[in-house]
Amino acid sequence: MGILQNILEQVINGLRSGSIYALIALGYTMVYGIAKMINFAHGDIIMVGAYALYVGLAIFHLPAVGAVLLSIAICTILGVGIERIAYKPLRSAQPLAVLITAIGVSFLLQSLSLLIFGATPIPQASIVGFDGIKIGGISISGITIVTLIVTTICMASLTWFINKTKLGSAMRAVSEDKGAAELMGIDVNKTISLTFAIGSALAAIAGILYVCQYQSLKPTLGAMPGIKAFVAAVLGGIGSVPGAMLGGIILGLIESLSKAYISTELSDAIVFGILVLVLLIKPSGLLGKIRKEKV
Amino acid sequence: MALLEVKNLGISFGGLRAVDDFNISIEKGCLYGLIGPNGAGKTTVFNMLTGVYLPTDGSIILDGNNVVGKNPAQICQSGIARTFQNIRLFGKMSVLDNVKVALHNEYSYSLGSGILHLNKYKKTETAMNERALEILKVFDMNEQAHILSSNLPYGKQRKLEIARALATNPKLLLLDEPAAGMNPNETAELMDTISLIRDKFDITILLIEHDMKLVSGICEQLTVLNFGMVLTTGTPEAVLNDPEVVTAYLGE
Repeated sequence: MGILQNILEQVINGLRSGSIYALIALGYTMVYGIAKMINFAHGDIIMVGAYALYVGLAIFHLPAVGAVLLSIAICTILGVGIERIAYKPLRSAQPLAVLITAIGVSFLLQSLSLLIFGATPIPQASIVGFDGIKIGGISISGITIVTLIVTTICMASLTWFINKTKLGSAMRAVSEDKGAAELMGIDVNKTISLTFAIGSALAAIAGILYVCQYQSLKPTLGAMPGIKAFVAAVLGGIGSVPGAMLGGIILGLIESLSKAYISTELSDAIVFGILVLVLLIKPSGLLGKIRKEKV
Repeated sequence: MALLEVKNLGISFGGLRAVDDFNISIEKGCLYGLIGPNGAGKTTVFNMLTGVYLPTDGSIILDGNNVVGKNPAQICQSGIARTFQNIRLFGKMSVLDNVKVALHNEYSYSLGSGILHLNKYKKTETAMNERALEILKVFDMNEQAHILSSNLPYGKQRKLEIARALATNPKLLLLDEPAAGMNPNETAELMDTISLIRDKFDITILLIEHDMKLVSGICEQLTVLNFGMVLTTGTPEAVLNDPEVVTAYLGE
Protein backbone atom coordinates (compact mmCIF):
# COMPACT_ATOMS: atom_id res chain seq x y z
CA MET A 1 0.00 0.00 0.00
CA GLY A 2 1.39 3.36 -0.97
CA ILE A 3 2.05 6.20 1.41
CA LEU A 4 -0.66 8.30 -0.21
CA GLN A 5 -3.33 5.63 0.33
CA ASN A 6 -2.17 5.30 3.90
CA ILE A 7 -2.47 9.01 4.55
CA LEU A 8 -5.90 9.12 2.91
CA GLU A 9 -7.09 6.25 5.08
CA GLN A 10 -5.93 8.06 8.20
CA VAL A 11 -7.66 11.22 7.04
CA ILE A 12 -10.92 9.32 6.59
CA ASN A 13 -10.55 7.75 10.04
CA GLY A 14 -9.91 11.21 11.40
CA LEU A 15 -13.01 12.56 9.71
CA ARG A 16 -15.03 9.72 11.23
CA SER A 17 -13.99 10.30 14.83
CA GLY A 18 -13.90 14.05 14.21
CA SER A 19 -17.50 14.14 13.05
CA ILE A 20 -18.56 12.24 16.19
CA TYR A 21 -16.67 14.78 18.32
CA ALA A 22 -18.41 17.52 16.35
CA LEU A 23 -21.87 16.11 17.13
CA ILE A 24 -21.05 16.02 20.83
CA ALA A 25 -19.37 19.43 20.74
CA LEU A 26 -22.59 20.91 19.30
CA GLY A 27 -24.36 19.97 22.54
CA TYR A 28 -21.71 21.72 24.65
CA THR A 29 -21.63 24.82 22.52
CA MET A 30 -25.42 25.26 22.17
CA VAL A 31 -26.02 24.83 25.88
CA TYR A 32 -23.18 27.24 26.61
CA GLY A 33 -24.58 29.74 24.13
CA ILE A 34 -28.04 29.69 25.66
CA ALA A 35 -27.66 28.83 29.33
CA LYS A 36 -24.07 30.15 29.72
CA MET A 37 -22.98 26.96 31.46
CA ILE A 38 -20.67 24.04 30.67
CA ASN A 39 -22.78 20.91 30.95
CA PHE A 40 -20.14 18.43 32.07
CA ALA A 41 -22.77 15.70 32.25
CA HIS A 42 -23.07 15.90 28.46
CA GLY A 43 -20.40 13.19 27.95
CA ASP A 44 -22.39 10.79 30.09
CA ILE A 45 -25.48 11.30 27.95
CA ILE A 46 -23.40 9.61 25.23
CA MET A 47 -22.87 6.67 27.57
CA VAL A 48 -26.60 6.51 28.35
CA GLY A 49 -27.33 6.59 24.61
CA ALA A 50 -24.98 3.64 24.02
CA TYR A 51 -26.45 1.60 26.89
CA ALA A 52 -29.99 2.43 25.75
CA LEU A 53 -29.13 0.95 22.36
CA TYR A 54 -27.93 -2.22 24.10
CA VAL A 55 -31.08 -2.40 26.23
CA GLY A 56 -33.27 -1.95 23.17
CA LEU A 57 -31.48 -4.64 21.19
CA ALA A 58 -30.52 -7.25 23.78
CA ILE A 59 -33.36 -6.93 26.31
CA PHE A 60 -36.39 -5.73 24.36
CA HIS A 61 -35.23 -7.41 21.12
CA LEU A 62 -36.16 -4.36 19.09
CA PRO A 63 -35.06 -4.02 15.48
CA ALA A 64 -32.01 -1.76 15.03
CA VAL A 65 -34.09 1.26 13.98
CA GLY A 66 -36.37 0.86 17.00
CA ALA A 67 -33.40 0.62 19.35
CA VAL A 68 -31.88 3.76 17.83
CA LEU A 69 -35.15 5.68 18.27
CA LEU A 70 -35.48 4.40 21.83
CA SER A 71 -31.95 5.57 22.59
CA ILE A 72 -32.61 9.04 21.14
CA ALA A 73 -35.90 9.34 23.03
CA ILE A 74 -34.35 8.30 26.36
CA CYS A 75 -31.45 10.74 26.00
CA THR A 76 -33.73 13.62 24.97
CA ILE A 77 -35.98 13.10 27.97
CA LEU A 78 -32.96 12.65 30.24
CA GLY A 79 -31.30 15.84 28.98
CA VAL A 80 -34.44 17.94 29.44
CA GLY A 81 -35.08 16.31 32.84
CA ILE A 82 -31.56 17.02 34.09
CA GLU A 83 -31.93 20.65 33.11
CA ARG A 84 -35.30 20.96 34.89
CA ILE A 85 -34.23 19.24 38.09
CA ALA A 86 -30.57 20.11 38.48
CA TYR A 87 -29.78 23.29 36.53
CA LYS A 88 -32.98 25.34 36.40
CA PRO A 89 -33.12 26.05 40.16
CA LEU A 90 -29.55 27.37 39.87
CA ARG A 91 -30.16 29.71 36.96
CA SER A 92 -29.39 32.82 38.94
CA ALA A 93 -26.69 31.17 41.07
CA GLN A 94 -22.94 31.61 40.62
CA PRO A 95 -21.46 29.84 37.57
CA LEU A 96 -19.27 27.76 39.88
CA ALA A 97 -22.31 26.24 41.63
CA VAL A 98 -23.78 25.18 38.28
CA LEU A 99 -20.45 23.76 37.13
CA ILE A 100 -20.10 21.63 40.26
CA THR A 101 -23.71 20.46 39.92
CA ALA A 102 -22.96 19.40 36.35
CA ILE A 103 -19.95 17.39 37.52
CA GLY A 104 -22.19 15.86 40.21
CA VAL A 105 -24.79 14.85 37.62
CA SER A 106 -21.99 13.30 35.56
CA PHE A 107 -20.87 11.13 38.51
CA LEU A 108 -24.48 10.25 39.28
CA LEU A 109 -25.08 8.96 35.75
CA GLN A 110 -21.83 6.96 35.77
CA SER A 111 -22.57 5.44 39.17
CA LEU A 112 -26.14 4.56 38.20
CA SER A 113 -24.91 2.80 35.11
CA LEU A 114 -22.27 0.99 37.21
CA LEU A 115 -25.02 -0.08 39.60
CA ILE A 116 -27.36 -1.32 36.90
CA PHE A 117 -24.97 -2.83 34.36
CA GLY A 118 -21.86 -3.57 36.45
CA ALA A 119 -18.22 -2.73 35.79
CA THR A 120 -17.49 -5.56 33.37
CA PRO A 121 -17.50 -4.23 29.82
CA ILE A 122 -20.46 -5.52 27.80
CA PRO A 123 -19.78 -6.40 24.17
CA GLN A 124 -22.13 -4.69 21.74
CA ALA A 125 -21.90 -5.64 18.09
CA SER A 126 -22.19 -2.89 15.51
CA ILE A 127 -25.66 -2.36 14.11
CA VAL A 128 -24.19 -1.47 10.74
CA GLY A 129 -24.60 -4.58 8.60
CA PHE A 130 -22.46 -3.99 5.54
CA ASP A 131 -18.71 -4.42 5.36
CA GLY A 132 -17.60 -1.30 3.62
CA ILE A 133 -16.04 -0.52 0.29
CA LYS A 134 -12.63 -0.37 -1.32
CA ILE A 135 -11.81 2.52 -3.65
CA GLY A 136 -8.41 2.51 -5.36
CA GLY A 137 -6.71 0.56 -2.61
CA ILE A 138 -8.32 2.54 0.22
CA SER A 139 -10.71 0.53 2.32
CA ILE A 140 -13.49 2.36 4.09
CA SER A 141 -15.46 0.47 6.71
CA GLY A 142 -19.26 0.40 6.77
CA ILE A 143 -19.48 2.23 10.09
CA THR A 144 -17.21 4.97 8.74
CA ILE A 145 -19.53 5.54 5.78
CA VAL A 146 -22.62 5.51 7.99
CA THR A 147 -20.99 7.85 10.51
CA LEU A 148 -20.00 10.36 7.85
CA ILE A 149 -23.45 10.34 6.25
CA VAL A 150 -25.39 10.54 9.52
CA THR A 151 -23.24 13.30 11.02
CA THR A 152 -23.36 15.35 7.82
CA ILE A 153 -27.16 15.12 7.77
CA CYS A 154 -27.38 16.05 11.46
CA MET A 155 -25.09 19.05 11.12
CA ALA A 156 -26.76 20.32 7.95
CA SER A 157 -30.25 20.03 9.45
CA LEU A 158 -29.17 21.71 12.67
CA THR A 159 -27.62 24.62 10.77
CA TRP A 160 -30.80 24.98 8.76
CA PHE A 161 -32.96 24.69 11.87
CA ILE A 162 -31.06 27.40 13.75
CA ASN A 163 -30.94 29.83 10.85
CA LYS A 164 -34.21 29.26 9.05
CA THR A 165 -36.90 28.46 11.57
CA LYS A 166 -38.83 30.46 14.12
CA LEU A 167 -37.66 28.29 17.03
CA GLY A 168 -34.08 28.53 15.77
CA SER A 169 -34.20 32.30 15.69
CA ALA A 170 -35.72 32.29 19.18
CA MET A 171 -32.68 30.25 20.26
CA ARG A 172 -30.30 32.76 18.68
CA ALA A 173 -32.14 35.64 20.32
CA VAL A 174 -32.05 34.02 23.77
CA SER A 175 -28.35 33.27 23.41
CA GLU A 176 -27.63 36.90 22.58
CA ASP A 177 -29.78 38.68 25.15
CA LYS A 178 -32.00 36.60 27.38
CA GLY A 179 -33.70 39.63 28.92
CA ALA A 180 -34.54 41.35 25.65
CA ALA A 181 -35.77 38.06 24.13
CA GLU A 182 -38.10 37.53 27.07
CA LEU A 183 -39.45 41.06 26.70
CA MET A 184 -40.20 40.27 23.05
CA GLY A 185 -42.47 37.47 24.23
CA ILE A 186 -40.14 34.48 23.92
CA ASP A 187 -40.54 31.77 26.54
CA VAL A 188 -36.97 31.42 27.77
CA ASN A 189 -37.60 28.21 29.74
CA LYS A 190 -39.05 26.45 26.72
CA THR A 191 -36.14 27.61 24.56
CA ILE A 192 -33.60 26.30 27.08
CA SER A 193 -35.45 22.95 27.26
CA LEU A 194 -35.44 22.73 23.48
CA THR A 195 -31.69 23.35 23.43
CA PHE A 196 -31.06 20.58 25.93
CA ALA A 197 -33.37 18.28 23.96
CA ILE A 198 -31.52 18.85 20.68
CA GLY A 199 -28.08 18.59 22.31
CA SER A 200 -29.00 15.33 24.05
CA ALA A 201 -30.54 13.80 20.93
CA LEU A 202 -27.30 14.55 19.06
CA ALA A 203 -25.34 13.01 21.96
CA ALA A 204 -27.45 9.84 21.68
CA ILE A 205 -26.64 9.58 17.97
CA ALA A 206 -22.96 10.17 18.75
CA GLY A 207 -23.10 7.48 21.46
CA ILE A 208 -24.60 4.96 19.06
CA LEU A 209 -22.01 5.68 16.37
CA TYR A 210 -19.23 5.54 18.97
CA VAL A 211 -20.28 2.17 20.38
CA CYS A 212 -20.71 0.73 16.89
CA GLN A 213 -17.08 1.63 16.27
CA TYR A 214 -15.56 0.38 19.55
CA GLN A 215 -18.14 -2.38 20.21
CA SER A 216 -17.84 -2.37 23.98
CA LEU A 217 -19.91 -0.75 26.73
CA LYS A 218 -18.62 0.49 30.05
CA PRO A 219 -19.95 3.13 32.45
CA THR A 220 -17.09 5.52 31.77
CA LEU A 221 -17.27 5.27 28.00
CA GLY A 222 -18.63 8.81 27.64
CA ALA A 223 -15.85 10.48 29.61
CA MET A 224 -13.08 10.56 26.98
CA PRO A 225 -15.19 11.51 23.90
CA GLY A 226 -17.01 13.97 26.17
CA ILE A 227 -13.89 15.77 27.26
CA LYS A 228 -12.44 15.71 23.74
CA ALA A 229 -15.64 17.16 22.33
CA PHE A 230 -15.44 19.86 24.99
CA VAL A 231 -11.91 20.60 23.77
CA ALA A 232 -13.30 20.70 20.22
CA ALA A 233 -16.00 23.19 21.26
CA VAL A 234 -13.45 25.45 22.94
CA LEU A 235 -11.07 25.06 20.00
CA GLY A 236 -13.76 26.19 17.57
CA GLY A 237 -14.96 28.97 19.87
CA ILE A 238 -17.47 28.00 22.55
CA GLY A 239 -20.94 29.31 21.76
CA SER A 240 -20.36 29.07 18.00
CA VAL A 241 -22.21 26.31 16.14
CA PRO A 242 -19.98 26.24 13.02
CA GLY A 243 -17.02 26.50 15.42
CA ALA A 244 -18.02 23.27 17.17
CA MET A 245 -18.27 21.46 13.85
CA LEU A 246 -14.91 22.76 12.66
CA GLY A 247 -13.26 22.11 16.04
CA GLY A 248 -14.52 18.52 16.11
CA ILE A 249 -13.28 17.72 12.63
CA ILE A 250 -9.86 19.31 13.24
CA LEU A 251 -9.50 17.45 16.52
CA GLY A 252 -10.37 14.12 14.90
CA LEU A 253 -7.87 14.68 12.09
CA ILE A 254 -5.06 15.69 14.45
CA GLU A 255 -5.75 12.71 16.67
CA SER A 256 -5.83 10.21 13.83
CA LEU A 257 -2.73 11.53 12.07
CA SER A 258 -0.68 11.78 15.24
CA LYS A 259 -1.70 8.25 16.22
CA ALA A 260 -0.55 6.97 12.85
CA TYR A 261 2.62 8.97 12.31
CA ILE A 262 3.85 10.21 15.66
CA SER A 263 2.86 8.00 18.55
CA THR A 264 -0.32 6.34 19.77
CA GLU A 265 0.57 7.08 23.37
CA LEU A 266 1.27 10.72 22.69
CA SER A 267 -1.81 11.39 20.54
CA ASP A 268 -3.97 12.61 23.45
CA ALA A 269 -1.13 14.80 24.69
CA ILE A 270 -0.84 16.32 21.23
CA VAL A 271 -4.60 16.96 21.06
CA PHE A 272 -4.64 18.76 24.40
CA GLY A 273 -1.35 20.51 23.60
CA ILE A 274 -2.96 22.02 20.51
CA LEU A 275 -5.83 23.27 22.63
CA VAL A 276 -3.34 25.07 24.87
CA LEU A 277 -1.63 26.58 21.82
CA VAL A 278 -4.88 27.80 20.25
CA LEU A 279 -6.02 29.32 23.50
CA LEU A 280 -2.68 31.12 23.88
CA ILE A 281 -2.82 32.55 20.37
CA LYS A 282 -6.57 33.11 19.99
CA PRO A 283 -8.30 32.83 23.38
CA SER A 284 -11.80 33.07 21.89
CA GLY A 285 -11.23 29.93 19.75
CA LEU A 286 -11.05 29.64 15.99
CA LEU A 287 -14.50 31.03 15.13
CA GLY A 288 -15.36 32.62 18.46
CA LYS A 289 -15.82 36.34 18.73
CA ILE A 290 -14.39 38.39 21.53
CA ARG A 291 -17.10 40.28 23.32
CA LYS A 292 -15.96 43.80 23.80
CA GLU A 293 -17.19 45.19 27.08
CA LYS A 294 -18.25 48.76 26.61
CA VAL A 295 -17.41 51.03 29.48
CA MET B 1 -62.11 52.78 31.25
CA ALA B 2 -58.45 53.63 30.69
CA LEU B 3 -56.18 51.20 28.83
CA LEU B 4 -53.57 51.25 31.57
CA GLU B 5 -54.51 51.85 35.17
CA VAL B 6 -51.65 51.76 37.65
CA LYS B 7 -52.56 52.10 41.32
CA ASN B 8 -50.30 52.61 44.34
CA LEU B 9 -47.38 50.95 42.62
CA GLY B 10 -44.28 50.70 44.76
CA ILE B 11 -41.02 48.76 44.96
CA SER B 12 -38.28 48.49 47.56
CA PHE B 13 -34.78 47.22 46.99
CA GLY B 14 -33.75 46.27 50.50
CA GLY B 15 -34.14 49.47 52.49
CA LEU B 16 -34.37 51.71 49.44
CA ARG B 17 -37.84 52.73 48.38
CA ALA B 18 -37.18 53.27 44.67
CA VAL B 19 -40.76 54.00 43.63
CA ASP B 20 -43.57 54.80 46.03
CA ASP B 21 -47.31 55.22 45.53
CA PHE B 22 -47.06 55.60 41.76
CA ASN B 23 -50.41 56.18 40.05
CA ILE B 24 -51.05 56.67 36.38
CA SER B 25 -54.05 56.34 34.12
CA ILE B 26 -53.55 56.24 30.36
CA GLU B 27 -56.46 56.44 27.95
CA LYS B 28 -56.44 54.33 24.80
CA GLY B 29 -54.69 56.09 21.91
CA CYS B 30 -52.96 58.61 24.16
CA LEU B 31 -49.33 59.67 23.77
CA TYR B 32 -48.19 59.95 27.35
CA GLY B 33 -44.86 61.20 28.70
CA LEU B 34 -43.08 60.18 31.88
CA ILE B 35 -40.42 62.68 32.83
CA GLY B 36 -38.27 63.47 35.81
CA PRO B 37 -34.66 64.09 36.85
CA ASN B 38 -32.06 61.32 36.59
CA GLY B 39 -32.56 58.60 39.19
CA ALA B 40 -36.20 59.50 39.78
CA GLY B 41 -37.28 55.92 39.08
CA LYS B 42 -38.65 56.18 35.54
CA THR B 43 -36.93 53.10 34.15
CA THR B 44 -37.81 51.24 37.34
CA VAL B 45 -41.48 51.96 36.55
CA PHE B 46 -40.94 50.54 33.04
CA ASN B 47 -39.27 47.48 34.52
CA MET B 48 -42.28 46.89 36.76
CA LEU B 49 -44.74 47.42 33.92
CA THR B 50 -42.93 44.80 31.81
CA GLY B 51 -42.44 42.24 34.58
CA VAL B 52 -38.67 42.57 34.84
CA TYR B 53 -39.12 43.68 38.47
CA LEU B 54 -41.90 42.38 40.68
CA PRO B 55 -43.54 45.34 42.43
CA THR B 56 -43.57 45.21 46.22
CA ASP B 57 -47.12 46.56 46.19
CA GLY B 58 -49.79 48.05 43.94
CA SER B 59 -51.56 46.91 40.82
CA ILE B 60 -51.06 47.27 37.06
CA ILE B 61 -54.31 46.85 35.17
CA LEU B 62 -53.98 46.56 31.41
CA ASP B 63 -57.31 46.48 29.60
CA GLY B 64 -59.05 45.16 32.70
CA ASN B 65 -56.47 42.49 33.60
CA ASN B 66 -53.95 42.69 36.40
CA VAL B 67 -50.54 41.83 34.99
CA VAL B 68 -48.59 41.95 38.27
CA GLY B 69 -46.86 38.60 38.85
CA LYS B 70 -46.73 37.58 35.22
CA ASN B 71 -43.30 37.01 33.69
CA PRO B 72 -41.96 39.36 30.97
CA ALA B 73 -42.86 36.98 28.13
CA GLN B 74 -46.46 36.68 29.37
CA ILE B 75 -46.78 40.44 29.83
CA CYS B 76 -45.47 40.94 26.31
CA GLN B 77 -48.16 38.56 25.08
CA SER B 78 -50.86 40.42 26.98
CA GLY B 79 -49.88 43.56 25.09
CA ILE B 80 -47.04 45.63 26.56
CA ALA B 81 -43.89 46.02 24.48
CA ARG B 82 -40.86 48.17 25.12
CA THR B 83 -37.58 49.56 23.87
CA PHE B 84 -34.47 50.10 25.95
CA GLN B 85 -32.49 53.08 27.13
CA ASN B 86 -29.31 51.35 25.96
CA ILE B 87 -30.04 49.69 22.64
CA ARG B 88 -30.51 45.95 23.08
CA LEU B 89 -30.92 44.61 19.57
CA PHE B 90 -29.85 41.10 18.63
CA GLY B 91 -26.63 42.33 17.03
CA LYS B 92 -25.62 39.05 15.43
CA MET B 93 -28.95 38.74 13.63
CA SER B 94 -30.16 40.51 10.51
CA VAL B 95 -32.56 43.44 10.66
CA LEU B 96 -35.33 41.18 9.33
CA ASP B 97 -34.62 38.42 11.86
CA ASN B 98 -34.78 40.91 14.72
CA VAL B 99 -38.33 41.76 13.72
CA LYS B 100 -39.22 38.12 13.04
CA VAL B 101 -38.15 37.10 16.55
CA ALA B 102 -40.74 39.51 17.90
CA LEU B 103 -43.39 37.95 15.64
CA HIS B 104 -42.72 34.67 17.46
CA ASN B 105 -46.10 34.45 19.17
CA GLU B 106 -48.15 35.69 16.23
CA TYR B 107 -47.36 32.76 13.99
CA SER B 108 -47.07 29.11 14.74
CA TYR B 109 -46.12 25.85 13.15
CA SER B 110 -45.06 22.65 14.83
CA LEU B 111 -41.47 21.55 15.25
CA GLY B 112 -42.33 18.54 13.08
CA SER B 113 -43.58 20.55 10.11
CA GLY B 114 -40.45 22.68 10.37
CA ILE B 115 -38.16 19.65 10.31
CA LEU B 116 -40.08 17.94 7.52
CA HIS B 117 -40.29 21.19 5.55
CA LEU B 118 -44.06 20.88 5.15
CA ASN B 119 -46.25 23.37 3.37
CA LYS B 120 -47.40 24.89 6.64
CA TYR B 121 -43.80 25.75 7.53
CA LYS B 122 -43.11 27.38 4.17
CA LYS B 123 -46.37 29.34 4.19
CA THR B 124 -45.87 30.57 7.74
CA GLU B 125 -42.27 31.61 7.13
CA THR B 126 -43.30 33.49 3.98
CA ALA B 127 -46.11 35.21 5.84
CA MET B 128 -43.72 36.16 8.64
CA ASN B 129 -41.24 37.58 6.15
CA GLU B 130 -43.94 39.66 4.50
CA ARG B 131 -45.27 40.97 7.79
CA ALA B 132 -41.75 41.83 9.00
CA LEU B 133 -40.96 43.68 5.78
CA GLU B 134 -44.25 45.55 6.04
CA ILE B 135 -43.32 46.79 9.52
CA LEU B 136 -39.82 47.71 8.36
CA LYS B 137 -41.30 49.66 5.48
CA VAL B 138 -43.09 51.97 7.90
CA PHE B 139 -39.64 52.89 9.19
CA ASP B 140 -38.22 53.08 5.69
CA MET B 141 -35.86 50.24 6.51
CA ASN B 142 -37.03 47.47 4.21
CA GLU B 143 -34.00 48.06 1.98
CA GLN B 144 -31.69 47.18 4.85
CA ALA B 145 -33.57 44.03 5.88
CA HIS B 146 -30.70 41.67 5.27
CA ILE B 147 -27.79 43.46 6.88
CA LEU B 148 -26.64 42.71 10.42
CA SER B 149 -28.45 44.91 12.91
CA SER B 150 -25.16 45.85 14.61
CA ASN B 151 -24.00 47.40 11.32
CA LEU B 152 -26.86 49.91 11.23
CA PRO B 153 -26.15 53.55 12.06
CA TYR B 154 -27.20 54.60 15.55
CA GLY B 155 -30.42 56.39 14.63
CA LYS B 156 -31.59 53.39 12.59
CA GLN B 157 -30.82 51.03 15.46
CA ARG B 158 -33.14 53.07 17.67
CA LYS B 159 -35.82 52.85 14.99
CA LEU B 160 -35.31 49.11 14.60
CA GLU B 161 -35.88 48.69 18.33
CA ILE B 162 -39.24 50.41 17.94
CA ALA B 163 -40.06 48.28 14.90
CA ARG B 164 -39.17 45.13 16.82
CA ALA B 165 -41.35 46.16 19.76
CA LEU B 166 -44.25 46.92 17.40
CA ALA B 167 -43.94 43.47 15.85
CA THR B 168 -45.14 41.92 19.12
CA ASN B 169 -48.49 43.60 18.33
CA PRO B 170 -48.75 45.58 21.56
CA LYS B 171 -51.65 47.61 22.92
CA LEU B 172 -49.22 49.74 24.88
CA LEU B 173 -45.74 50.66 23.66
CA LEU B 174 -43.16 51.83 26.17
CA LEU B 175 -40.28 53.89 24.78
CA ASP B 176 -37.34 54.40 27.12
CA GLU B 177 -35.54 57.60 26.06
CA PRO B 178 -36.06 57.10 22.32
CA ALA B 179 -34.21 60.31 21.45
CA ALA B 180 -31.16 59.63 23.62
CA GLY B 181 -27.98 60.39 21.68
CA MET B 182 -29.80 61.75 18.65
CA ASN B 183 -29.02 65.03 16.94
CA PRO B 184 -31.81 67.64 16.50
CA ASN B 185 -32.60 66.46 12.96
CA GLU B 186 -32.89 62.85 14.02
CA THR B 187 -35.05 63.87 16.96
CA ALA B 188 -37.41 65.81 14.72
CA GLU B 189 -37.68 62.79 12.43
CA LEU B 190 -38.29 60.55 15.44
CA MET B 191 -41.15 62.76 16.62
CA ASP B 192 -42.85 62.30 13.26
CA THR B 193 -42.27 58.55 13.41
CA ILE B 194 -43.75 58.25 16.90
CA SER B 195 -46.92 60.14 15.95
CA LEU B 196 -47.15 58.12 12.75
CA ILE B 197 -46.96 54.72 14.44
CA ARG B 198 -49.49 55.74 17.09
CA ASP B 199 -52.01 56.42 14.31
CA LYS B 200 -50.96 53.66 11.93
CA PHE B 201 -50.78 50.85 14.47
CA ASP B 202 -53.62 52.20 16.60
CA ILE B 203 -51.67 51.92 19.84
CA THR B 204 -51.08 53.80 23.04
CA ILE B 205 -47.59 55.09 23.81
CA LEU B 206 -45.89 55.85 27.10
CA LEU B 207 -42.45 57.36 26.74
CA ILE B 208 -39.61 58.42 28.99
CA GLU B 209 -37.68 61.36 27.61
CA HIS B 210 -35.33 64.12 28.67
CA ASP B 211 -35.64 66.10 25.45
CA MET B 212 -38.25 68.69 26.44
CA LYS B 213 -38.79 69.76 22.86
CA LEU B 214 -39.87 66.25 21.99
CA VAL B 215 -41.97 65.90 25.12
CA SER B 216 -43.82 69.18 24.72
CA GLY B 217 -44.08 68.62 20.97
CA ILE B 218 -45.89 65.29 20.92
CA CYS B 219 -47.09 64.26 24.38
CA GLU B 220 -50.69 64.93 25.34
CA GLN B 221 -50.28 64.17 29.02
CA LEU B 222 -47.27 64.19 31.32
CA THR B 223 -46.46 62.71 34.67
CA VAL B 224 -43.42 64.00 36.53
CA LEU B 225 -41.55 61.63 38.81
CA ASN B 226 -39.14 62.86 41.46
CA PHE B 227 -37.38 60.72 44.09
CA GLY B 228 -39.67 57.80 43.22
CA MET B 229 -42.88 59.76 43.77
CA VAL B 230 -45.32 61.47 41.43
CA LEU B 231 -44.75 65.22 41.60
CA THR B 232 -47.53 66.24 39.28
CA THR B 233 -49.63 65.17 36.31
CA GLY B 234 -51.21 67.24 33.56
CA THR B 235 -50.86 68.73 30.11
CA PRO B 236 -47.34 69.63 28.94
CA GLU B 237 -47.99 73.42 29.17
CA ALA B 238 -49.24 73.19 32.72
CA VAL B 239 -46.61 70.73 33.91
CA LEU B 240 -43.55 72.34 32.35
CA ASN B 241 -44.47 75.76 33.79
CA ASP B 242 -45.12 74.36 37.24
CA PRO B 243 -42.58 75.97 39.61
CA GLU B 244 -42.25 72.70 41.56
CA VAL B 245 -41.21 70.86 38.39
CA VAL B 246 -38.71 73.54 37.49
CA THR B 247 -37.26 73.28 41.00
CA ALA B 248 -37.01 69.49 40.73
CA TYR B 249 -35.00 69.81 37.54
CA LEU B 250 -32.91 72.89 38.26
CA GLY B 251 -32.83 73.13 42.05
CA GLU B 252 -33.79 76.11 44.15
